[in-house]
Amino acid sequence: MDLHLKIWRQKDRQSEGKLVNYDLKELNPHMSFLEMLDTLNEKLITEGDEPVEFDHDCREGICGQCGMMINGIAHGPLKNTTTCQLHLRSFKDGENILIEPFRAGAFPVKKDLKVDRSAFDRIISSGGFVSVNTGQAPDATAIAVTHQTAEEAFDSAACIGCGACVATCKNGSAALFTSAKITHMVLLPQGKEERSQRVLDMVSQMDRELFGHCSNTEACEVECPQGISVLNIARMNYEYGRALFFRKR
Amino acid sequence: MILDSKIPKGPLEQKWDNYKKKAKLVNPANRKKLDVIVVGTGLAGSSIAASLGEMGYHVKSFCFQDSPRRAHSVAAQGGVNAAKNYKNDGDSVYRMFVDTLKGGDFRAREANVYRMAECSLNLIDQAVAQGVPFGREYGGYLNNRSFGGVQVSRTFYARGQTGQQLLLGAYQALMRQVGKGSVQLYSRHEMLDLVMIDGKARGIIVRNLDTGEIERHAAHAVVLATGGYGKIYYLSTLAMGCNGSAIWRAHKKGALMASPSWIQVHPTSLPQSGDYQSKLTLMSESLRNDGRIWVPSKENETRQPHDIPENERDYYLERRYPAFGNLAPRDISSRAAKERIDAGYGIGPLKNAVYLDFSKAIREQGKEKIQEKYGNLFDMYLKITGYNAYNEPMMISPSAHFSMGGLWVDYELMTTIPGLFALGEANFADHGANRLGANSLLQASVDGYFIAPYTIANYLADDIHTGKISPDAPEFEVAENAVKKQIQGFMDIRGTKTVDYFHKTLGKLLYDYCGLARNEEGLKYAIGEIRKLKQEFYADVRVSGQGDKMNTELEKAGRVADYFEIGELMCYDALTRNESCGAHFREEFQTQDGEALRNDAEYQFISAWAWAGENNEPELVKEPLIFEEIQPTVRSYK
Ligand SMILES: Cc1cc2nc3c(=O)[nH]c(=O)nc-3n(C[C@H](O)[C@H](O)[C@H](O)COP(=O)(O)OP(=O)(O)OC[C@H]3O[C@@H](n4cnc5c(N)ncnc54)[C@H](O)[C@@H]3O)c2cc1C
Ligand code: SF4
Ligand code: FES
Repeated sequence: MDLHLKIWRQKDRQSEGKLVNYDLKELNPHMSFLEMLDTLNEKLITEGDEPVEFDHDCREGICGQCGMMINGIAHGPLKNTTTCQLHLRSFKDGENILIEPFRAGAFPVKKDLKVDRSAFDRIISSGGFVSVNTGQAPDATAIAVTHQTAEEAFDSAACIGCGACVATCKNGSAALFTSAKITHMVLLPQGKEERSQRVLDMVSQMDRELFGHCSNTEACEVECPQGISVLNIARMNYEYGRALFFRKR
Repeated sequence: MILDSKIPKGPLEQKWDNYKKKAKLVNPANRKKLDVIVVGTGLAGSSIAASLGEMGYHVKSFCFQDSPRRAHSVAAQGGVNAAKNYKNDGDSVYRMFVDTLKGGDFRAREANVYRMAECSLNLIDQAVAQGVPFGREYGGYLNNRSFGGVQVSRTFYARGQTGQQLLLGAYQALMRQVGKGSVQLYSRHEMLDLVMIDGKARGIIVRNLDTGEIERHAAHAVVLATGGYGKIYYLSTLAMGCNGSAIWRAHKKGALMASPSWIQVHPTSLPQSGDYQSKLTLMSESLRNDGRIWVPSKENETRQPHDIPENERDYYLERRYPAFGNLAPRDISSRAAKERIDAGYGIGPLKNAVYLDFSKAIREQGKEKIQEKYGNLFDMYLKITGYNAYNEPMMISPSAHFSMGGLWVDYELMTTIPGLFALGEANFADHGANRLGANSLLQASVDGYFIAPYTIANYLADDIHTGKISPDAPEFEVAENAVKKQIQGFMDIRGTKTVDYFHKTLGKLLYDYCGLARNEEGLKYAIGEIRKLKQEFYADVRVSGQGDKMNTELEKAGRVADYFEIGELMCYDALTRNESCGAHFREEFQTQDGEALRNDAEYQFISAWAWAGENNEPELVKEPLIFEEIQPTVRSYK
């Protein structure tokens, strides 16, 4: 199949970027989207041009590295799918495809399709953990967790930190990412002890990183490859209110 | 050279306790004067960096991904082993030790394997305390499943994303220390050389991948937790960035490499579908608990799978290995699949796959149960292949997966360079010639959480009066210049072929001549071809862009340059082992019915290799393996 691509090219953080057209012919529809970009890069290199920089690693939908906007949608047209798991069979022969980096105030562009998502790491280091040192743990069976609770905690813990929720949000909010971690931790007995401090710290870090506020458009859930539910955000808001209430008392 | 494995004296079950009792300690006040560099943030790297940070050492942590949470440990699906015996099915530390040693075809050190089994108990406790949401029974207790190669249920899992959840636990512990300032994080930094002063590891040279700047980092000890090099085959289950460069550059500085040719080929990956393909995705081995593996019993079968009646299907694993059937260990299952494919019974468009069939399990347990157990894997299969595995069998095929080889380490996980430690998949320890499923997450984690914190402290105790190591030392200058020169060298070639072209060509050579099966003639041929390809690379590779800016092609060029040399060493290693064992199947050494023929009398040793300079034959150093507790037996899964 043939494709007409329009790709955002930007030399570095400071430079201005622009969209550039590329045509690819005779692609195999079983190719993944990233393999299509590999093919393009192979072509660019042999023709003496610079390849398109994009982030990726595992290519199996789990590392969270490969985000980009495809026709205005984070990770492209399929629901609950990362870019690396998107295949050309999801596009039509001869289709025009617009490829841009994730855009958000807190995710500056590094080059072409690569953005800086280190703000997520700083949110985690502000409190997204259980404070247990190595070698301190009681026997695992001492902490009973029901099947349902473990599964529910897992649903939230499954966030891959890809940033699609931020990129797709008109406010550039990190509420889905942050709330997923808060919910994962608060559901489990291990995480309960620190619940108040955690939510206060993580939410204020989120603000310091210049993420926008959540105005409940729910766009994030739609484009989250892991299907993380917006109910997590409700949970975060509840936890935040609860923490403030207890702190005042 | 004589290798001292430093195995503590005493009975097997007391060795580790004895070691810990005698290990030197570092006073808390002195710890902050000691710097440790940890390269890698997978399970091994994150766990050691977090542990040392908690203890008060000053730690610098490096990874090439944009966040430590993306290290390749995140991709492990199936589970992690621990001899907790929660199922009351007869498991114990001793049984796990025996299974692992036997699974590795008696080519691992007894003392290390025993310690891994012993520490497995603590790992589950640690992970649960961190909030890892392992699968649970309805009553709230932890659940287990069984995994390839063993007959007890000792595998803990978090759906099909166990690696992800374990890594997030370790990553969060690491980020907690980053927040406290005891660990400094350098993501998007790639280690390009090791710096030695007076024969000891004292630092590294790294490239900031975002800016292209070359930096020097000094420390009292260096830990390499840089994962596996199976991506050398290009098509593998590994992430695109996985590479062997960090350990290889340390090797060229004097650290021995052990067992490089033992690369596990995993039986349940998705088959290759075309030339454009960049990787092969693993379908978790846990699928083999319920899926049955078969091929048509007629050659060149053209019918669809559901049109092939039961009596025209060859369930070859159940046929050949009735005791273990579909759960036969990886090396055996992979080889059996290759045997059927090579004999002309392969299925799929390229005739390079076998069926993994769930119809019986779905009939017996119901679709819902199967969905709960493997739902995400079925979804993944659908996304990648476009086929619905609830309705028709999956197509699977063997693919390079895990490197049992790596830097040689002693019982303290220290390489032959003082102060250089290797943890996780980057070292050669514990798995022998074949890794049992779910033992690697375990090994990486226990190395970092429970073993290295003691052994590194034992080493550092002698360094408390050394004072700061200066990155201005002349040794740093020399190493930095060498790195810069190499980079400029790649940029200057301006040839016509891409880096990927060379990687793919090398990978194919290795699959053909140093893959699931090897022979003398093929290995010798491969060594010659690899050398030629390497020459061509240095004459004709094209690296576009600039050397001092962000440049993915340049990153890849450095890794592929090392792969040529690692590939050559793999072939030498395979060539010198005149036996078949584990991942190493030499066609000249097999039984009449095609099973591996091990030769304990002559090859019961670890092959450790010293670098002898470019284009020279490497030097082989043997570490004899002494079995006190159990005597090697022929591995039989029949
Ligand atoms: C698809 C898949 C499924 C698997 N499933 C299982 C399973 O179910 N059970 C099991 O036990 N095992 C499994 N394994 C194996 C297991 O995941 C790995 O062996 C293990 O996670 C390795 O951990 P590690 O910490 O040693 O390395 P990794 O997690 O690979 O981490 C390597 C780290 O080193 C860094 N690095 C490497 N080179 C450099 C450099 N030069 N400079 C700076 N940083 C560098 C990387 O950035 C990364 O942070 C699986 C593996 C794969 C590929
Ligand atoms: S919540 Fe979803 S979209 Fe957001 S970072 Fe996590 S996985 Fe990605
Ligand atoms: S490359 Fe890892 S999620 Fe896509």
